[in-house]
Amino acid sequence: MSVKVENLSIAYRTLSGDVRAVDNVSFALRDGEIMGLAGESGCGKSTLGNGMIYLDGRMRHLGGRIELDGAELPITDGKAMRSYRMRKISLVPQYAMSALNPTRKISELTTDLLRSHNVRYRDLAEEMRRRIALVGLDDGVLDRYSFELSGGMRQRVTIVLSTLLDPSLLIADEVTSALDVSSQRAVGELLMEFRDRKFVRSLIVITHDLSILAEISDSIMIMYAGRLAEKADTDTIVNAPLHPYTQLLLASLPEVGIRYEDGALTGIPGRPPSLSSPPAGCRFRDRCPFAMDRCASEPAFEEVRPGHYVACWKVKEEAAA
Amino acid sequence: MSLLSIDGVSKLYRTGGRQQGITTALREVSFDIDQGEVVTLIGESGSGKTTLGRVVLRLTTPTSGSVRFDGDDISGFRRADLRNYYRQAQGVFQDPFSSYNPIYKADRVFDLIRDEYFSHMPRREWDAKIESALDAVSLNPGDVLNRYPHQLSGGQLQRMLIARALLLEVRLLVADEVISMLDASTRVDVLNLLVRLKRAGLGILFITHDLSLGNYLSDRTVILRHGSIVETGPTASVFGNPLHSYTRMLLAAVPQLHKRWQPATDIRATESHAPAPRERLAPAPAAKGRPAAGTRLRSARNRPPAAPPLAEHEPGHFAAEEA
Repeated sequence: MSVKVENLSIAYRTLSGDVRAVDNVSFALRDGEIMGLAGESGCGKSTLGNGMIYLDGRMRHLGGRIELDGAELPITDGKAMRSYRMRKISLVPQYAMSALNPTRKISELTTDLLRSHNVRYRDLAEEMRRRIALVGLDDGVLDRYSFELSGGMRQRVTIVLSTLLDPSLLIADEVTSALDVSSQRAVGELLMEFRDRKFVRSLIVITHDLSILAEISDSIMIMYAGRLAEKADTDTIVNAPLHPYTQLLLASLPEVGIRYEDGALTGIPGRPPSLSSPPAGCRFRDRCPFAMDRCASEPAFEEVRPGHYVACWKVKEEAAA
Repeated sequence: MSLLSIDGVSKLYRTGGRQQGITTALREVSFDIDQGEVVTLIGESGSGKTTLGRVVLRLTTPTSGSVRFDGDDISGFRRADLRNYYRQAQGVFQDPFSSYNPIYKADRVFDLIRDEYFSHMPRREWDAKIESALDAVSLNPGDVLNRYPHQLSGGQLQRMLIARALLLEVRLLVADEVISMLDASTRVDVLNLLVRLKRAGLGILFITHDLSLGNYLSDRTVILRHGSIVETGPTASVFGNPLHSYTRMLLAAVPQLHKRWQPATDIRATESHAPAPRERLAPAPAAKGRPAAGTRLRSARNRPPAAPPLAEHEPGHFAAEEA
């Protein structure tokens, strides 16, 4: 197991008390695994991704641990984490492509970035050029400013930058969301190629777009209102999901070739609960067509079949029967 | 007569500071929209799709060409005509959060309509009208009225904007990426709403870069690349039998749940990632004793290069010739 997360809880400090955005989350990643992390906006998926690498001032670690390559990450100790970031665990944050410093050329901002990790750009310049060529860019981009590049080009540059020191784990937060379909595909294939070339050992790809995960990921984990709902390999999630939320989420996706005359798609009525005062029990209860009395208590996130984890009473009862 | 007809619309933008250039955002684009018809305009970023939506709403003036609504050229509309036009043609845009002023309650967008068009309507009648418009977009008035934008979800805000358009006697809706920012679970509600409105006779220009969304509700599809139409036709023909290599490339790139990407052409190498060609303007001849006059976009010298001609392959299904 290259990555192991146990009972991780992260809250945001607000004036009206703590908001638990990540609630008792446990999962593991194999070496070489690309895990997709999906859910609606506000489900805590970005908080989980960010919290694994950097707890900013608003976030509070309420408990739990993260193990990477057999060693525990000092996640609560910001200073100690410095030596792990970028070398061991790296993040492409949401909107990263809009965050490239517009006043520095790509090569200059790479230099700055590496210097802050005590690495000389000179030592890696050749590798950088090789990887820039690998992602289909001309090495002239190193002498360009970020605003001279298109969205897809910038996203590829941020991925090259964040994996330059060959981290064990890369967390990619919504890297394909703002892109056109053709650039989405290019970036998606790029992530797989980086894994195959061992530039990164394993990946967590955070997105709200399940269809892109169906293309690139080995497994998919679904989050709902701060908790895990379901995790299984990609084929199982796409073809035989067990959690009612996953099923409804998949049913609401229009695919190419489907038209409204063929039968209207359905959304999921209602909204996710507020995390500042979440209801007791299963958090999907109010929107779930199968809700029953038992759902008033919280279902555990358990393995129902080898490698298939679900947090749902209905599924557990059916598995037991 | 078509509800809306777009005829040979071109738009050039002047770009750059000292090194002046012109960017061709639209190149001789022509198509019609009928009542009760959804036309999907598909293109990547920089294809000019948003510019065309703005031209239709008269937020941008085309460099050449015309847009007709019920046969009347919209560029000729003044005051009363324009006011009447906006009563019938409305737009909804990508980011619902930025369409609202966060300082005011969200239902202020309805009040503004009332001030402009219905100031004589009694309050009670107006409230009933709002209620039926909200009902049409499947919103519960109690959930959304008297609230601030940050208290509402993106899907609710987006549907309120559509309800706002329904308060007017809207016959044409320009929907520019209205669902790209919404979650999958609320996305479908907005899509199905558009289908219902179309059945009630609304003409919709549905602008998107997402092909699966376009396919779901549209009757006709127009594919735009670098400002010119590369393929257009009934949606089923364009998706079922794509003729232009660009359309095929776009379709091959759409992520699908039950199908892995086919190892097609190397997507990264496709030219579509190259920025739209930018033509340099020849410096304007400096008249004696005067500084060089600003180059004129409309001058004959700056006509955009002609769009590739379209050939009809099936009834109503046109594709641009490829070099």
